[in-house]
Amino acid sequence: MNLARGFRRMLAALSLAGFAALMSGCTDRMIVLNPKGVVGRHQLDLIVITTILCLVVIVPVIVMAFVFAWRYRSRNGGKADYRPDWEHNSKLETVWWGIPIVIIAILAAITVRYSHLLEPSRPLESEAEPLVIQVTSLDYKWLFQYPEQGIATVNYVEFPAGVPVRFELTSDAPMNSFWIPQLGGQIYTMSGMAMKLNLMADEPGTYMGSGANFSGEDFAKMRFDARAVTEKEFDHWVEQIKATAPALTDQGYDELARPGAMGTQDYSSIPEGLFDRIVNKYAHGAGHSHGGAAQAETDTDPDLGNQHDMDDMAGMSGMEHHH
Amino acid sequence: MDRIKEFASTFFVTGDPLIYGADVAIVATMAAVVFVLTYFKKWTWLWREWLTTVDHKRIGIMYVVASLLMLFRGGVDALLMRTQLAVPNNQFLQPEHYNEIFTTHGVIMILFMAMPLMFGLFNLVVPLQIGARDVAFPFLNSLSFWLFFFGAMLFNVSFVIGGSPNAGWLAYPPLSEKMFNPGVGQDFYIWGIQISGIGSLMTGINFIVTILKMRAPGMKLMKMPMFTWSVLSSCLTIIMAFPILTVTLALLFIDRYLGAHFFTLDAGGNPMMYINLIWMWGHPEVYIVVLPAFGIMSEIVSTFSRKRLFGYKSMVFALMCISVFSFFTWAHHFFTMGSGADVNAFFAVTTMIIAIPTGVKVFNWVFTMYRGRISFPTPMLWVMGFILCFVVGGMTGVMLSVAPADFQFHNSYFLIAHFHQVLIGGVAFAYFAALTYWWPKVFGFKLNEKLGKWAFWFWNVGFYICFMPQYVLGLMGMTRRISHYGWDTGWWELNLVSTVGGFLMGIAFLFQVWQIMHSIKFMERDATGDPWDGRTLEWSLPSPVPHYNFAVVPTVDSRDAWWEEKLRRERGEAPAPQPKLEPIHMPKNSGIPIIMALCWFVAGFGFVFDWLWMAIPGLVGVAVCMLVYSFSYKTDYYIPVDEIERTEAAARGAV
Repeated sequence: MNLARGFRRMLAALSLAGFAALMSGCTDRMIVLNPKGVVGRHQLDLIVITTILCLVVIVPVIVMAFVFAWRYRSRNGGKADYRPDWEHNSKLETVWWGIPIVIIAILAAITVRYSHLLEPSRPLESEAEPLVIQVTSLDYKWLFQYPEQGIATVNYVEFPAGVPVRFELTSDAPMNSFWIPQLGGQIYTMSGMAMKLNLMADEPGTYMGSGANFSGEDFAKMRFDARAVTEKEFDHWVEQIKATAPALTDQGYDELARPGAMGTQDYSSIPEGLFDRIVNKYAHGAGHSHGGAAQAETDTDPDLGNQHDMDDMAGMSGMEHHH
Repeated sequence: MDRIKEFASTFFVTGDPLIYGADVAIVATMAAVVFVLTYFKKWTWLWREWLTTVDHKRIGIMYVVASLLMLFRGGVDALLMRTQLAVPNNQFLQPEHYNEIFTTHGVIMILFMAMPLMFGLFNLVVPLQIGARDVAFPFLNSLSFWLFFFGAMLFNVSFVIGGSPNAGWLAYPPLSEKMFNPGVGQDFYIWGIQISGIGSLMTGINFIVTILKMRAPGMKLMKMPMFTWSVLSSCLTIIMAFPILTVTLALLFIDRYLGAHFFTLDAGGNPMMYINLIWMWGHPEVYIVVLPAFGIMSEIVSTFSRKRLFGYKSMVFALMCISVFSFFTWAHHFFTMGSGADVNAFFAVTTMIIAIPTGVKVFNWVFTMYRGRISFPTPMLWVMGFILCFVVGGMTGVMLSVAPADFQFHNSYFLIAHFHQVLIGGVAFAYFAALTYWWPKVFGFKLNEKLGKWAFWFWNVGFYICFMPQYVLGLMGMTRRISHYGWDTGWWELNLVSTVGGFLMGIAFLFQVWQIMHSIKFMERDATGDPWDGRTLEWSLPSPVPHYNFAVVPTVDSRDAWWEEKLRRERGEAPAPQPKLEPIHMPKNSGIPIIMALCWFVAGFGFVFDWLWMAIPGLVGVAVCMLVYSFSYKTDYYIPVDEIERTEAAARGAV
């Protein structure tokens, strides 16, 4: 038992030291707990609510487990009660079926409400018109297109703070996931689909973004900066790119889509309809496209004859892409 | 000559010193094994006593040994990953190598470590607990083991031949499809899992029939030991879930091998279909491995509290609830794939519901200790470690189940920490508890307590140091499966701490190996057959158990049958008159299972390399084995009464 005691002391000391280190250094780095956007803030609220509700149950359980283990230890010399045949008590059992049921019921109600509130395709409430940014995950880089501004960037994205941003996301490579923790949770990018994610930054700043889902060899290099700036700075930035950066051509896109990691890049113009073509690339590729493959939301999709099939697929994967 | 060189350079994995080291180690080990067997003239012994055995106890031992070997390999994978992540921009492993390692780590730990260790415990304990002389289908049981073994070997061969799979443990398309993964690694994955998966399914069937049909007279379902109940619920889940896995991997194979398009976008397939299917198996799978852990906890807590299990009926009901609900939660693995609010809400709520019966079980264990008389040998220490770890892991699981919040956890190290907490703190701790608890029953001596306690503390301390920082890293935005990260992320301090914890668990494993070695050498024979003062039927037998288990099949009239019997004896009641010994009907050993599984291995290897000249003979071999077995009629024999008397006298003589 000496050994055990020694270890327990060591564990206590280590955990105290670890806790101190955490409190001093990491709190501001725990970016999920430090949201800078409305979506992230709601998600943090949820995390806090869930944690508290769970602790209500598990703290007493852990305390009881260790108190009972101590109190009824046989080394106590048999001073405590011993009831070897006591195996059932309806009242007690009702209580501990009841407590988790009540807690889970509360949590379920909250979850259902927030699932609708935070549905990523749902537009955010704001007086400002949303800015549309079309995101494509490639092997191993991010392409951001600004259809309204007619520009594009690679591996960084910029937008005004205080303005809702509607990200439309697809992939021209194995699926990835688009995540800017401080603004709000992630959504997958998948070929043949245009997913939607609405986010808004409260204040200017540079926020970390990443490709969260494993997509192959160099996917660890798919981190990007998300820069929230003032509207004035944003307009200025757009003008500057238009004036100085090269154009993105179809051929340029094909080169970009080849596997490989790279730094950042700007483009002063984008080919007409490039994003829709990426979304539909695989649907048209093999010549016999079915509803499943054409599971894309595009305003210019010539394949809308397949509307019925697409509805079926929407039912299956629950994509909300008909408005 | 050049052609041979060219072939060899693609056939064998080359270019990494680690691999060459492994090559040497593998060849040396195999040579050593062959030498020892030949030198001590043990080949016949090995074949007669082990390779062809249909005895559930020996099959159980082989499962345990194989799973510990796999734990070693999976653990080395884990330590390689932790070493790579210890400092930013580490050059220790290249990305392609890292991707292979996390893939094999996941597959091996779940399918080739946790599953066989679980099957080993089923085999070692269930027939003894229910008063049976073997499982319902002993031949099938042996076949299950050898299919698992050769499936696992086929998967492991990819380390040195052809190249390892690298698309993650569940091999999501399109990354696992031919287009992005032209090598043979993914085919090793498919065939390794397929072959062992057949074995798993058969084990599930076998134990359901065993438990339903072969219980001792008087043992009503509601009088079964709780571990047996948990095995039943786990096996019911297996037979519902594993066919889904088989079909899913078969479709992926058809995609890769015949160029179909089930899971590719071109020509109308859809990767989402695979992701749904694989999780329809994958989620129940984690309950398959954790349900028996609940049974183990129940047995141990009650034994060492010297008290009946509290809330037996609640426990049974909770086990069955979990088994059913585990099939309605699969989509919580991809809340972030745009399923829409209603679908997400549905699966979030079904997931949370599982927390209710799970919570009830913990309450019941705690109240089994209440007013008990608790002692703390190693198995009970593991129970305490389990309760703490599993409850916290359960809590983070509930946090993940809240769909809109999961958008911030998904794919992050928060998730990694969660499932390691329930799989190590829940499954592995429970299985270690079970190993130390039932070890004396299987081998006739206890494992060394002191070394066992060292292992326990190293595992526990190592666990928290390794995985608590990972929760924080997840909240810091670190995502899973990245092979390196920069200094600018601020992640390195906690990663370093986590690595230290990982190595502490590595040391813990060494303590376990030492514990086993030491105990074999310096063991004290347990003459009682009941070293823990147990409660269920297995403890009524001498240890190790004679190969027919029960000389006379016991009659049961209460839940803790052996405990009640001991109480009766204490009260001095006259024991029930023993019926006369009768010859015992036993199954004969058979070499067919190992040969048939070997044929599967050959066929699988042929399919991996697209060598039909090898695959077809392999499959023909499988068919021939089936035919031969169908026409062999001498598959059983009787143990005569005088032999039983002699065996019993020898075994009880020790008592």
